[in-house]
Amino acid sequence: MTGMPRQIRRLSLVFGFLLIALLVNLTLIQVVNANDYRDRPGNQRILLAEYDRERGPILVGANPVARSVETGNTLTYLREYDSGALYAPVTGFYSLVYGATGLERTENRILNGKSDIFAVDRIEQLVSGRQPTGGAVTTTINAAAQRAAYKGLRGKNGAVVAIEPATGRILASVQSPSFDPNLLSSHNPSEIREYYARLEADPDKPLLNRPLVSLNPPGSTFKLVTAAAALTSGRFTPDSILPGPRSYDLPLSDKKLRNWTGKECGPDGKVTLREALAISCNTAFAWLGNQLGADALRTQAEAFGFDTGFEVPLRAATSRFPANPDDPQTALSAIGQFDVRATALQMAMVAAAIGNGGRTMNPYLVQEVRGPDLSILQTTEPRAFADALQPSEALALTDMMVDVVEKGTGSNARISGVRVAGKTGTAQTGNDLPSVAWFVSFAPASAPEVAVAVVVEDAGLAEVSGNGLAAPIARAVMQAVLRTG
Amino acid sequence: MTALRRQPTRRWVELMLLVFAWGLGVLGTLQVGAATGEGTPSRLWITVAVVGGLALLMHVAVSIWARYADPILLPVATLLTILGLIMIYRIDVATARRAELNDSPLPTPDVYAQLTWFAIAVILFIALLVLLPDHRRLQRYTYTFGLIGLVLLVLPLAPVIGTTVNGATLWVRVAGFSFQPAEMAKIFLTIFFAGYLVVTRDSLALVRTKVLGIDLPRLKDLGPILIAWLVSLGVLVFERDLGTSLLFFGLFVSMLYIATQRRSWLFIGGVLFLAGAYAAYQLFSHVQSRVTIWLDPFAYSDAGGYQIVQSLYGLANGGMLGAGLGQGFPNLVPFANTDFIFSALGEELGVTGLFAILMLYALLVERGFRTAVTVRDGFGQLLAAGLSITFALQVFVIVGGVTGLIPLTGLTTPFLSYGGSSLIANWIIVALLLRMSDRARRPEVPVIAMDEAATQVVRL
Repeated sequence: MTGMPRQIRRLSLVFGFLLIALLVNLTLIQVVNANDYRDRPGNQRILLAEYDRERGPILVGANPVARSVETGNTLTYLREYDSGALYAPVTGFYSLVYGATGLERTENRILNGKSDIFAVDRIEQLVSGRQPTGGAVTTTINAAAQRAAYKGLRGKNGAVVAIEPATGRILASVQSPSFDPNLLSSHNPSEIREYYARLEADPDKPLLNRPLVSLNPPGSTFKLVTAAAALTSGRFTPDSILPGPRSYDLPLSDKKLRNWTGKECGPDGKVTLREALAISCNTAFAWLGNQLGADALRTQAEAFGFDTGFEVPLRAATSRFPANPDDPQTALSAIGQFDVRATALQMAMVAAAIGNGGRTMNPYLVQEVRGPDLSILQTTEPRAFADALQPSEALALTDMMVDVVEKGTGSNARISGVRVAGKTGTAQTGNDLPSVAWFVSFAPASAPEVAVAVVVEDAGLAEVSGNGLAAPIARAVMQAVLRTG
Repeated sequence: MTALRRQPTRRWVELMLLVFAWGLGVLGTLQVGAATGEGTPSRLWITVAVVGGLALLMHVAVSIWARYADPILLPVATLLTILGLIMIYRIDVATARRAELNDSPLPTPDVYAQLTWFAIAVILFIALLVLLPDHRRLQRYTYTFGLIGLVLLVLPLAPVIGTTVNGATLWVRVAGFSFQPAEMAKIFLTIFFAGYLVVTRDSLALVRTKVLGIDLPRLKDLGPILIAWLVSLGVLVFERDLGTSLLFFGLFVSMLYIATQRRSWLFIGGVLFLAGAYAAYQLFSHVQSRVTIWLDPFAYSDAGGYQIVQSLYGLANGGMLGAGLGQGFPNLVPFANTDFIFSALGEELGVTGLFAILMLYALLVERGFRTAVTVRDGFGQLLAAGLSITFALQVFVIVGGVTGLIPLTGLTTPFLSYGGSSLIANWIIVALLLRMSDRARRPEVPVIAMDEAATQVVRL
């Protein structure tokens, strides 16, 4: 019998080893790799836990456009968006089933109170046992501008972005069609799934954040970039004479580029740079593009923000100037066709930079972060992105843009008593494809408070559509800002 | 010498620890009530009182009928049972909430049923202490118990009463009551193994040849281990009960090793296990799918891997200190109060709480082994060691399973899981261990005739 206890001890060593394996494995799951498990997309727990505490509001001015209301159910708090679809491209949604988008996603750690900037609060919560409440996010949005843009786009597919030129603050970011975030943020999974499926199936793509991620050929609005490149080259002034024939023979090919009017741009096919912009003369700008070359155009475009992905903090799509265009492609690119693609945000930045003395500002959507007690914890400072133009060149280009509105193609953007600078545009997204109408502008021209880009899809084929469809919306947005400004 | 006369019973240690365990239970109940906003309904206060009464009853019974027994075993098992009751109640609350939200009829809470099972377990616990003054009596019925154990093991396969739940045939349903006979079978078979091995171990320990430094037994002595192996495979194949199969084979091999003191049996057992596992993997799709899911549960998170993935999410959510009782989402894991109660506890008590629970099991096994080492007869040694091994193996297999360390098998978590068969069987094991440790620590000589006998004992 003396032997058995020894075997039992040995066996208990084996079980001790198994116990250690369990303890190590548990530590790996619960401590070391816990965050990986928490962040996995299928994990509902984190979201469920967040429905348990009060989430901070997203504010426009002093008004919450997204806020948490108590329900008395298992999911204690319900996210409500009082203005429905209006602010959807800004706030995004906060869904039990589909996670979060928009500011709800990018500012999540502020809104749920878990950001490190609340460290002091957290220590207090640990002591008091109080549930953490989230911080508030104040947006840069101007409610009047947002509403004006939303109203203007009603019934159309398109987007509007308005920017404060001096700072880069985004004053409006609107899409049409939009969606009601309330229906995606409810506590009823089947209702959420049903609504989401309907939105996904909609050919007009209401879930698409058009102002920030829809890429369209900018058409004639890109002539602003080409004109800017011409001015910065030192070889051209607004009064330089350019050839503006009825049609332009694209180099190295037998194709011809025609003016939208089908006529010459001036007497004897000659036109000044100023007049060419005012009447949106394609042949003159195509010629100009070839004179400047693709590299100069690209450098100019990049100084306005092309080829950079901005996070505002929502991630905007990167607007592009083609990488290696040959000469005919360069000519087409100079008038915003071929492979040039821009977001509404990007074109608003072009207008804003011109209005801001040539300096491109980084666009941003979050003005302030406030604690649960509404004390300001963080303020976004404006940051310059690049100098796209010398101030004198910017002034000259502004003058040319004022002519567009006062004498040229942009007549519908006129505001009595205010000098408005603008540029129309129409682009075909492809042969036989529907065109898009653009209008970019800023006002007042001498010291702009607002720059705006409007894009309307499926606009018909005439160049006038930029003026006819998009310019009135831009005017309404500018007026809204000027009135509240 | 006077020490022998006053052999300490340590019953007061047991009582203090029981009070402590019960106190933890009261705090836990209060916390669940506060965190879920349910408060503590009077029915729950009655439960808390009943649990306290039952624990006290067991303590009194042990003081009378097994007064020299180990003072740690009873409080540890009681604390585990109480933790289980709290978690079952907590999951009841969550289930009721969900039903309320979906406007479906409120389910019957499980905690009161579990309390009833606990009461029955306590009655059987006391009955065993009273009716079995000496564990050696069990040895007389070695083969009877073996037969009963075997019958219980195959009972789920019987027509009419056998029931298949979730793919595994391990239930028996009689007159509206259902139970898992494997839980009782493990007791009967451990008694059988102990009785059988204590008699045959000398021949099983005979060495025939030595290969690569390993003593190999005679070929004809391979019979018993082969039979155990085949029965385990039978359970796996016909009842699809991976856990029980693993438990029995592991138990038999471990006891064989203890009885014969031959490491070769561990080696042979290991080889047979690997061969059986490989063959089962090749031949049976249900074994294959368990292994595939184990290797990458996230690839099957919408299908067979759902439970384990949810379990891992729950554990991760618990983190270091846990969400706090009543503040996690344990009911997102299917079978949260049976197979996955360990993950549920891990979510709300964190890795800290799980370490503590595993330490309670380790303590239980350690006290069992200590009993095995101190008990004076070979049968008792094997039985105490075997019963402790069932705890150790069962905890490893189920906890390893729900945490993804090994493929998931459907075993209950001793004392914690909701379910009568498991709770009753495990409490009977505690009673048997207490009975044996009482025998082991009891002074052999009557106290009155102590003086002379004591000097003799000391001289030895």
